[in-house]
Amino acid sequence: MKREIPILITLVFGVFMIVQFFIPHPVVNEIANRLQNWAIIVISFSYVLGSANILRINGELVYRRGPGWLYKLVLVIAFFLMLIPGMLFGIAEGSWTNDRLFTYTYVPLASTMYASLAFYIASAAFRAFRVRTWQASVLAITALIVMLGRIPISHLIWEDLPPLVDWIMNVPNAVAQRGILIGAALGAIATGLKVILGIERSYLGRE
Amino acid sequence: MDFFWLSVAGLCTIAVLSFLYNDNPLYKAAEHFFVGIAAGYVVCTEYYNVFRPNLWDPLTRNGDLWLLIPLALGLALFSRFSQSWGWISRWPLSVIIGTYAGLAVIGFASGDLVLQVQASLIPVFEPAKVTELTRDPGVLTFLDVLTNPLFTLGLISVLFYFFFSIEHKGSLKHIAVSGTTLLMIGFGAGYGYTVMTRIALLFDRFYFIFVEWLKVA
Amino acid sequence: MAMTTMQRLDKLDRRWVFLAMAVAVAAPLFFKLGLAPKTTPPVQAFYDYIERLPAGSKVLCSFDYDPGSKAELNPMCVSVLRHLLAKGHRPVVITLWSTAPAMVESNTNEICRDEFGKQYGTDYVYLGLKEGREAVMVAMGKSIRSTFPHDFYGTPVDKLPLMEGVENYSSFECLINVSAGYPGTKEYVQYVTTRFDIPLLSGSSAVSVPEYSAYYQSGQIKGLLTGITGAAEYETLIQAPGLATTSMDGQTMGHFVIIAFIVFGNVVFFMSRRRKGRG
Repeated sequence: MKREIPILITLVFGVFMIVQFFIPHPVVNEIANRLQNWAIIVISFSYVLGSANILRINGELVYRRGPGWLYKLVLVIAFFLMLIPGMLFGIAEGSWTNDRLFTYTYVPLASTMYASLAFYIASAAFRAFRVRTWQASVLAITALIVMLGRIPISHLIWEDLPPLVDWIMNVPNAVAQRGILIGAALGAIATGLKVILGIERSYLGRE
Repeated sequence: MDFFWLSVAGLCTIAVLSFLYNDNPLYKAAEHFFVGIAAGYVVCTEYYNVFRPNLWDPLTRNGDLWLLIPLALGLALFSRFSQSWGWISRWPLSVIIGTYAGLAVIGFASGDLVLQVQASLIPVFEPAKVTELTRDPGVLTFLDVLTNPLFTLGLISVLFYFFFSIEHKGSLKHIAVSGTTLLMIGFGAGYGYTVMTRIALLFDRFYFIFVEWLKVA
Repeated sequence: MAMTTMQRLDKLDRRWVFLAMAVAVAAPLFFKLGLAPKTTPPVQAFYDYIERLPAGSKVLCSFDYDPGSKAELNPMCVSVLRHLLAKGHRPVVITLWSTAPAMVESNTNEICRDEFGKQYGTDYVYLGLKEGREAVMVAMGKSIRSTFPHDFYGTPVDKLPLMEGVENYSSFECLINVSAGYPGTKEYVQYVTTRFDIPLLSGSSAVSVPEYSAYYQSGQIKGLLTGITGAAEYETLIQAPGLATTSMDGQTMGHFVIIAFIVFGNVVFFMSRRRKGRG
């Protein structure tokens, strides 16, 4: 029963999500609404589970003085530095958690983490972007046209460059993306049905 | 006081950027601090935005006892920490998987499959565009003539490229090659726009450092 | 054996590349070029759609991004709110990303309350975050009240005048989504626009624009702000230049540098290969 009941739960929830689309009866809508609200609550718990797991793993390493334990201690301290004032005083505008801690630590750290990717793109452009095949040539030429066409002075380079880029985005690119979207949609529908019907059970883990 | 906190933000920024020179303790500390803050913040947001309004208040104030079920399922997730009781966590996991699998079937079918195919059901050839080309010959009017054939025949070639049940040889190989060409154009456009995103993020950081923090520009 | 110039360039330490990139992008902060982009059709369509909305429309705004994407999307978020309020529309703001609530609240209050002097609860409302991604999107199609029983500040939505009569998507003239990825525009297209028949306007990170172009071309998205350049174009249209317009100089230099690296890198590669072939 350790696997059968979860498969049954998946079937019930999955079928209801599909059925509610085709049967807009108030009773069906009411039940589907309730099930969706339950799913929202359970997902919210899963985020807390993720945070708790981070705390558990790093807390154990600090306790055992494992490799890099000082950094893990920084992580644990930061966790409680955000959690305790956040739970006591809130996270809305006007709270210390939001106005100081989040704004002046989390925001610059997150922004800079993503911003540093620009350097790696530059490095890859110089050291790894090699036009060895005709397919790579097509990719490179398109990329160069798009990059040139999306700067403010593109119309000074060639007056038809901005509309050319619009055409590339709205026609050949849209065709390629459409093909990928349709293929992915067919795959997602097949996988979704396999999961709901219990054919695909990898999410349950090992026996 | 503001300059103090601006300097804290500046230090965080410099700490992350220092990795570009070499891995160092300052970067490692900043990285771990970031993960800790994020994990703590997520717990707070879930409490204030989901747990209290959607679960606790309706359960305790309005007496909606059905909510005991998602509460129990949510708490059951934490059984994952136990070796012997970890199987209980499959129940709430099934709720999540079932919900999203069901939504995905309908979402992908209606949003991606049907409407995208519908948008490509256009005439293969539009004489009006050829007339326009003869009237006003140019690169853009020429490309306009290609629009309809690309949306119909081009889409078929892209979809055929992904069809691996038949070997792509002979004339079929040319269809697959056409599909590949269109895919390469799509990926090239994607590369160009990815570069745009990354540079925008980098400029924002330099703007913070030089304009908002150090005020030298 | 002494290395030739080409060999040295082929094995160039990537930190020199990083430095060149940093100098190119940061230099316009000191030597302003003042470049402004010309408007492209998807951005014009976005602008025109809001211009055509009936006066006093309720608009659902879903701002779904985190601090990692704020450089591109904060200017969009701020400009969208400015445009809506300047036209007398009334935004109801939500977010679906768990690290977004603080940023979205800050933007909403900065524009609605501080800049336009609007009354919270009557002229604009911030409902906050709801975790659940697609499930939240579909649930709002049935009942926004049961999905968001309180606003971000804990006030029951029944007590907010703007939320009177608001049941689901049909209570809004359109849906505006500014998103950095998942969940975002793609999910709104798949689960909301067709099913609940609400027009969608999207502002997204540039990295998602190629994919969303297919949705724009098929008419599933009525207007599209295309990354930081789209944000700058939009700022120009609403005549409120901001950070997006300022970043156009750095953007231009950055693009030129990447183009130069790609071209130069391939030149070095092919010349090295030819030299090896001769040797």
